[in-house]
Amino acid sequence: MIVNEQVAVDHGLKKDEYAKICELLKRTPNITELGIFSAMWNEHCSYKSSRLHLKKLPTKGKKVIQGPGENAGVIDIEDDDAIVFKIESHNHPSFIEPYQGAATGVGGIMRDVFTMGARPIANLNSIHFGSPQHKKTKNLLRGVVHGIGGYGNCMGVPTIAGQTSFDSSYNGNILVNAMTLGLVKKDKIFYSKAAGLNKPVIYVGSKTGRDGIHGASMASASFDEKIEEKKPTVQVGDPFTEKLLLEACLELMAGDSIIAIQDMGAAGLTSSSIEMASKGNLGIEINLNKVPCREAKMTPYEIMLSESQERMLIILENGKEEHAKKIFDKWNLDFAVIGKTTKSKKIELYFDEEKVADIPVNTLVENSPMYDRKWKKAKLPKKNRIKKDDIKHLKIIDVLKKTLANPNVCSKEWIWQQYDHTVMGDTIQKPGGDAGVVRVHGTDKAVAACVDSSAVYCWAHPLTGGKQVVCESFRNLISVGAKPIAITNCLNFGSPENEENMGEFVECVQGIGEASDYLKFPVVSGNVSFYNQTKDQGIKPTPAIGGVGLISDYKNMVTMNFKEVNNLVLVIGKTEGHIDQSLFARTILDEKNGPPPEVNLFNEKNNGETLLKLINNNLIKSAHDVSLGGIITAVAKMCVKGKKGINIKKPKYLINEIEYFFAEDQGRYIIEINKKDLKKVADILNKNAVHYDELGTIIENELYINDKTKVTIDELSTSNKNWLKNYMNK
Amino acid sequence: MKSSVITFPGSNCDRDMDVALKKFGFKNKMVWHDDAELPKSDLVVLPGGFSYGDYLRCGSMASKSKIMQSVINFANSGGMVMGICNGFQILVETGLVPGVLLRNKYLEFICKNVFVKINDKKNNYFKNVSNEILEFHIAHNEGNYFCTNDQLKEIEDNNQIAINYCDKNGKIDDQFNPNGSINNIAGIFNKAKNVLGMMPHPERMIDKSLSGEDGSLFFKNLINNLK
Repeated sequence: MIVNEQVAVDHGLKKDEYAKICELLKRTPNITELGIFSAMWNEHCSYKSSRLHLKKLPTKGKKVIQGPGENAGVIDIEDDDAIVFKIESHNHPSFIEPYQGAATGVGGIMRDVFTMGARPIANLNSIHFGSPQHKKTKNLLRGVVHGIGGYGNCMGVPTIAGQTSFDSSYNGNILVNAMTLGLVKKDKIFYSKAAGLNKPVIYVGSKTGRDGIHGASMASASFDEKIEEKKPTVQVGDPFTEKLLLEACLELMAGDSIIAIQDMGAAGLTSSSIEMASKGNLGIEINLNKVPCREAKMTPYEIMLSESQERMLIILENGKEEHAKKIFDKWNLDFAVIGKTTKSKKIELYFDEEKVADIPVNTLVENSPMYDRKWKKAKLPKKNRIKKDDIKHLKIIDVLKKTLANPNVCSKEWIWQQYDHTVMGDTIQKPGGDAGVVRVHGTDKAVAACVDSSAVYCWAHPLTGGKQVVCESFRNLISVGAKPIAITNCLNFGSPENEENMGEFVECVQGIGEASDYLKFPVVSGNVSFYNQTKDQGIKPTPAIGGVGLISDYKNMVTMNFKEVNNLVLVIGKTEGHIDQSLFARTILDEKNGPPPEVNLFNEKNNGETLLKLINNNLIKSAHDVSLGGIITAVAKMCVKGKKGINIKKPKYLINEIEYFFAEDQGRYIIEINKKDLKKVADILNKNAVHYDELGTIIENELYINDKTKVTIDELSTSNKNWLKNYMNK
Repeated sequence: MKSSVITFPGSNCDRDMDVALKKFGFKNKMVWHDDAELPKSDLVVLPGGFSYGDYLRCGSMASKSKIMQSVINFANSGGMVMGICNGFQILVETGLVPGVLLRNKYLEFICKNVFVKINDKKNNYFKNVSNEILEFHIAHNEGNYFCTNDQLKEIEDNNQIAINYCDKNGKIDDQFNPNGSINNIAGIFNKAKNVLGMMPHPERMIDKSLSGEDGSLFFKNLINNLK
């Protein structure tokens, strides 16, 4: 095939990018080379629109062993242990083929983690769908949940937490973000940097097929009406092979044979070999005839661009080939020496004894395009005032029941019951709480993890929204008694070529950066997914933040269910009555304008750290952060989970009950304490200048407000638990 | 007491079972599916997971593994063999216990705590368990036990039903049946009751920080019965 500008454009490259390729090579690329450039220079692999801004994120900290740039981030969790973790998007394929798209998303992120030598110990996910009324939503949700479960369950890794939301902006572009945590000994972490000359380059895992070719390019473009035709670009997952690959890799990693290892994810053999060579400042020579292929007569182009799953590339020490082969034979996996490292600093590919590609590595990596895209700064919207007339007819209990049954608040049990969340025997906090918690096997330590996003806040004001998501992650970890350590982010946005979408990206990233810097909660890994849009319609900006924290003694873990009658319930943090962009404003008043709640980083840090102090002094019986739906929703969920009631006395300082109960001011938590500890708790809160309200007392079975309004917990529980189940089974 | 846990390609509860057995005093060995000989054992466990990816039919390929001939011989000579979840599916495929395990009635994987009622205590697995009802944990996609009417009559006549799904008071009813199993069957024995297959995972219930502690009860009792 003759390569020209049109062929390049068909590969998703811009005309000037093609001109740059010709200039760098000082010749016209052949088709294999063009394919390699298109795979490396697309948005998904090159981060060409985002790199400039991502650089500004805080990525360092005392506990950070490895920040962004590797397969995943690594943090220190004391003793000899480290946690490897990352979140990644699989949005585009999941919309086209929900089961396989979601399944391979889970498979891909687990590979990123065990590539570094860590055994995966927990999975999480953040999934977002269109309006429940949209005709595709139900099938997409079912397919995605089956796909996530199908892969994670088979791997034997518990899925311990997640987040699901519905919003019409996802009607044409759902989001599927998968996150994995792995456990590794600090001195046994593996990296992808090649080193040494003439070292054997090894291919292991599944055979290469024709699936997923141009997957990464597909994920770097907007959707149109012909999107269904892209089905062949979606990879097909085989969790069984991945389980074998996991065990085989960990067995090989126990020795000292491996110099570098990299999984073949997006852009398959192309990106894995080039990344290893680039990091090691070396060249790699590959004989493509040696690559195990599933189908006959695959061309070099297809072999290099296939995104077949469950494959790894390893650079071994000389002489270790036999030892390594024995391990992969035992696990019935393909093993082939396909090339070697060279000093050429080029990627040189041979097929049928002909050289089919010859590209300097730096042209693909350092010289890849980087854009300073135009972007528009968002204005802070004007505040709305609630009109008394709009709310005077509202009954709090009715609003509360509606809120608990709202698709974005209701129980997601229908989803997480389909995920094995207890395998590995260390899950001490199951899905449905503020964060999932797993013990570090055989120790007293436990790791907490959560994943959050607040697209509505980010849409209303990206800078505030970006900050808010990081703070919410911080709060969720604190609520279970964990000390927050670091985050990973999955940045889901519309087209970077649209100034407003790009502005949302830039300002969300700025907000994330400011909050993570202030809270000492650095970003250690992440992923950007642009072009989540169909024609001109982009999604609401949805940065998802995955947070990880440490509980030194798992017996001090806190859960959100109310524990005991007669205990006191307090609200930590001040309620100002911010209603704009709250669930209440959007769903009950149908008011979509106004600014999101303000984020005060000092209060976030101070309130959170003070609560952690209370927890470590064993003064807290249960805790839950206040988020969507405000104080009353948080309290009702604690009642439902604990099968207990509460007698609430609204504090006097905010006159309006609705504002007090449904406002979504930030930096707040609900806590349960023993009556006799009130003085101790109040002293610590006062000493640290943390505002608190005494909210009420735990009773049996019913929720009272100011002694008069009441509802049974059973009723609230029914509202909360039935919506999703009924929706899916209808 | 010596135990052996078989690891098949795709087993993923093998370590959990090893942890549980050791916690309650077994000297446990992990045995690779491709070995021919079983180590000397008082108990052999086929663990949960997705042996051979559940391809073809759950448990079918694992039932033809090299080690399985030794396991079958061991069972036929009266040795204690317990299959949990995928292990139960493998046992069914070997014919050591009757029946088959179909896809769950609602076609969904299900992971949650359930109650089971012990149906028969005249065996080494449940003899001397103080409770009638245990809280166990299930996590499976194909746990819907099915057999022919003739088989059902036979296993009922021989008292081969080990445990049934029930509510916390022991009521056995369709509404407490998580997967559509015939007569709420959660576990069954072979005729001689030295082989037990069951869907619930007692190894996930061995610590009060986990889903519960009725697994501890089960294992403590099991090792005492074998002594």
